[in-house]
Amino acid sequence: MEAGRSPNIKMLTNADFLGLEGKPGDFTAKLRLRPRYIDADNCTACGLCTQYCPRHHVDKYNEGLAMTRPIHIDYAQAVPATYYIDPGSCLYLQHETCQICVPVCQSHAIDFSQQPEELDLKVGAVILSPGFGKIGEKTLEQFGYNKHPDVVTSIEFERMTTASGPFQGEIKCFSDGRHPKRIAFIQCVGSRDLGCDNGYCSSVCCMYSIKEALVAKEHDPSVEITIYYMDIRTQGKEFDKARQRAENMGIKFVRAKVADVTPWKNNLRLTYSTLEARHSFAEFDLVVLSVGLESPKDAQGIAKIAGIELNRYDFCKTETFSPLTTSREGVIVAGAFQGPKDIPESVTQASAAAGLAAGLLTKQRGQGVVHKSYPEEQEMGDEVRIGVFVCHCGINIGAVVNVPQVEQSTADMEGVVYHTDSLYSCSQDAQEVLKQKIKEHNLNRVVIAACSPRTHEPLFQETLKDAGLNRNLIEMVNIRDQCSWVHATEPDAATDKSKDLVRMAVAKVRGMKSLPEQTVPVTPKALVIGGGIAGMTAALSLSDQGFESLLMEKGKALGGNLGLLNTTLAGDESADYLKGLVDRVRKSKLIHVVTEAELASLSGFIGNFSSVVASGSGAKKKEITFDHGVVVLATGGREHRPDLYLLGKNNKVVTQQELELQLAKTKKAPESVVMIQCAGSRGDDLSYCSKVCCNHAVKNALKIKELNPDAQVVVLYRDMRTYGFAEDAYREARLGGVVFIPYDVARKPEVYEKGKKLHVRFFDTILQEELDLAPDQVVLSVGIVPEGTQELSKLLKAPLTDEKFFLEAHVKLRPVELSVDGVYVCGLAHGPKPLDETIAQAQAAAAKAAIPLVKGAVSVAPIVSVVDQESCIGCGLCASLCPYQAIEMVKVDNKRKAQTIAASCKACGICASHCPSFSIAMGSFTNEQINAQIAAFGGVREKEKAEVA
Amino acid sequence: MGKGMEHKAGAVMILGGGIAGIQAALDLTGLGYFVYLVEKEAVVGGVMAQLDKTFPTNDCSL
Repeated sequence: MEAGRSPNIKMLTNADFLGLEGKPGDFTAKLRLRPRYIDADNCTACGLCTQYCPRHHVDKYNEGLAMTRPIHIDYAQAVPATYYIDPGSCLYLQHETCQICVPVCQSHAIDFSQQPEELDLKVGAVILSPGFGKIGEKTLEQFGYNKHPDVVTSIEFERMTTASGPFQGEIKCFSDGRHPKRIAFIQCVGSRDLGCDNGYCSSVCCMYSIKEALVAKEHDPSVEITIYYMDIRTQGKEFDKARQRAENMGIKFVRAKVADVTPWKNNLRLTYSTLEARHSFAEFDLVVLSVGLESPKDAQGIAKIAGIELNRYDFCKTETFSPLTTSREGVIVAGAFQGPKDIPESVTQASAAAGLAAGLLTKQRGQGVVHKSYPEEQEMGDEVRIGVFVCHCGINIGAVVNVPQVEQSTADMEGVVYHTDSLYSCSQDAQEVLKQKIKEHNLNRVVIAACSPRTHEPLFQETLKDAGLNRNLIEMVNIRDQCSWVHATEPDAATDKSKDLVRMAVAKVRGMKSLPEQTVPVTPKALVIGGGIAGMTAALSLSDQGFESLLMEKGKALGGNLGLLNTTLAGDESADYLKGLVDRVRKSKLIHVVTEAELASLSGFIGNFSSVVASGSGAKKKEITFDHGVVVLATGGREHRPDLYLLGKNNKVVTQQELELQLAKTKKAPESVVMIQCAGSRGDDLSYCSKVCCNHAVKNALKIKELNPDAQVVVLYRDMRTYGFAEDAYREARLGGVVFIPYDVARKPEVYEKGKKLHVRFFDTILQEELDLAPDQVVLSVGIVPEGTQELSKLLKAPLTDEKFFLEAHVKLRPVELSVDGVYVCGLAHGPKPLDETIAQAQAAAAKAAIPLVKGAVSVAPIVSVVDQESCIGCGLCASLCPYQAIEMVKVDNKRKAQTIAASCKACGICASHCPSFSIAMGSFTNEQINAQIAAFGGVREKEKAEVA
Repeated sequence: MGKGMEHKAGAVMILGGGIAGIQAALDLTGLGYFVYLVEKEAVVGGVMAQLDKTFPTNDCSL
């Protein structure tokens, strides 16, 4: 949506990629643009053409679950918001008949004379983000797909559960339309399966299956759901908690391979075999196949044209230490084409790719862009002219709340001169309508009753600015989250509440005033805290983009945890890479390295931070003050040391990290090893999964087998989480004779000493009997804990998760930003993750941090506290309470008065609520406005009471 | 068939208008570059636009 509004993004849709010539900084890309047969400038997206078009067309957007017409738009919020004609089924384009749409279109937008166009683009760099492809139907057919209508893919199921989808969110069986009472999910369809040549794990299916299962449970709490899996791979940050939630809601997880899905009376019968090699059957109404992510359909074509190499699965080939670099210089990859991944990982890589491209083109920065200008703000006039816009949000709101009633209820309200409803207020065409209505009715205040201001207020504020209004003249009412969602079963009450909220908002906006926009200059430097791989990568990335940074490391040397590793799972030598990285950091003129450093203080706000860094020890101890515009947190983590399994008590019990160093040093492997996964993780000391331990165990097991092929290696695990291409190494280890045995949480392995021998006793879930081994060594996979995040969190007022990792601003869409402006996070400080993800995240954090540095100025939020110095009694209560030091006491005419430092103010309102003389007002939240809101709520209720009486 | 040519200093071409392509495009404009966002379909948004809710918070994906 936001991309559709930027003057610096040109969207070329219906485009085929034909060629790429040249070199970094000077590429020529050849494209062919297929016609839409609709003139984008004239199309108003009214939808009349689709209503009249006589031909049916399978709706690809809805996974073929619905029909549309050859002339259509995929969904209401689509960008660009222009309809298009699919030439494959249009009667005119196929048979030169019909053309009924041409006279129907009121805006004369249909143009069958459009021809394909070729276009050459001169570009400095290329980012490949073609996404992923679909698993072939042959693989799906093994599970009854196409043979029985009630076997669906997970993406079809997703469309089914969607409120704006073809079934309005109703889950039903295709065979007879009944609501399923028993649903099965089959995991790893087209993943971890050499049968379809997809040896890798698709990394996302476990998560979306849990999500879809939870949504199905929400729709119908009585539905029974079973998920058949090999390993549940919820390794991401906070992901295990969702799995727990699913289990608590009664969703069953069964570790089993499904062999077959066959029709059985009116139902489907699953044949599956469990660990103990027992075959069982179960009956279901609906079977959902959790399909994996395939490489993009045209991967080979793209690779050939772009001149890049692919890996054995036709994904883009990259290396651990340069996860986004393709084999052709100047061509960068991001997203699922680099390997299956979820949304936050894709978003992170996208930001990182943007940063890398920017690093290649620093000389041309700012030359090709246009700056958006807004019309001059109009004078508001004295008359209050309010427009109310009520949104259906498809059926998200409309199915529960009576939207037309809510809209009509505003008709007689004081100041309301215009009111309307719309299907999706956030769509591009609705924004145009909003702009138009503001002008047409001379509106000077706007109420939008829709979804959350958290996600959509910036969009509407932008539209207000475009229409020449101050962006503070809007009030959003959240009738979705706060009405239709929470009161889904009480439509009348939800409608009443919506009316109440809208009436209160109208009362509030009457008192709205334009608030001035302020900007403050930015110091174009960064403070990077932590000199491990994340911090060094971030500092280098900033330096490539031309920005100075202070890189502070608390230890004596740069390197962090990478110094404790020997090789990567892919076999790269980490020591060589580390040395190269440290050299580059040391050589960069823009990076100032300070070791044995401690942050003595940090103050300020985005663009204008000032820190005091103490460094050195003894006589060399000194303090420096550093002014900077942004902060990158890369404070890292360390191996957890649980007081379990005799770690620290018996020297034959070591951690994976210790084993790796031992193997590298001695070049000798023990004869027998038992590895215990999740030692202290996922429930004992640490509630979470550390994401890297399974890979680490596989890497060390393979190393032992390489050094000593006869060695006996047993890995006791809960779920092997070798996601993505690491699955190959896991398979290699199994084939190489490493024995993997799952254990049950209720029956954890025991490690004990008997004489001089070390023993491990565990229940073998495959043989179904208790075993006792006496290995040379027991190796624990111990997990990762963050370091120093608590102190920094206090200093920066940046929130942490329960596990003491930094909490990102938005888990999906803002994965490297914190809620405090100008502060970014990467590496283990954000959560446990492997090297390649840490590097991409560090590059992403650097790219995000560079944005305000490039801009050179930041705008201060206009909602700040304002002191009325006339009535201020100078008590100083506000200054003492302000958590951001944003109020100072000044002398005005020799009297003590409070004054706000606008740039530091976070608009929390503590000062205003404590002021004994009511002298502090928060912009847009003045006492008068709040009182008016309360009166508007209570007034009607009083009247109702009177009527009843 | 028409033929055209476009040149903007330091422009970046992004192939694929899904969530990764869109995010990269937004960040690049923030960093001071012009972007061509090239998509083979008629709309941008990719697969994320097909999703109802997102894991693990079940937020809306549009």
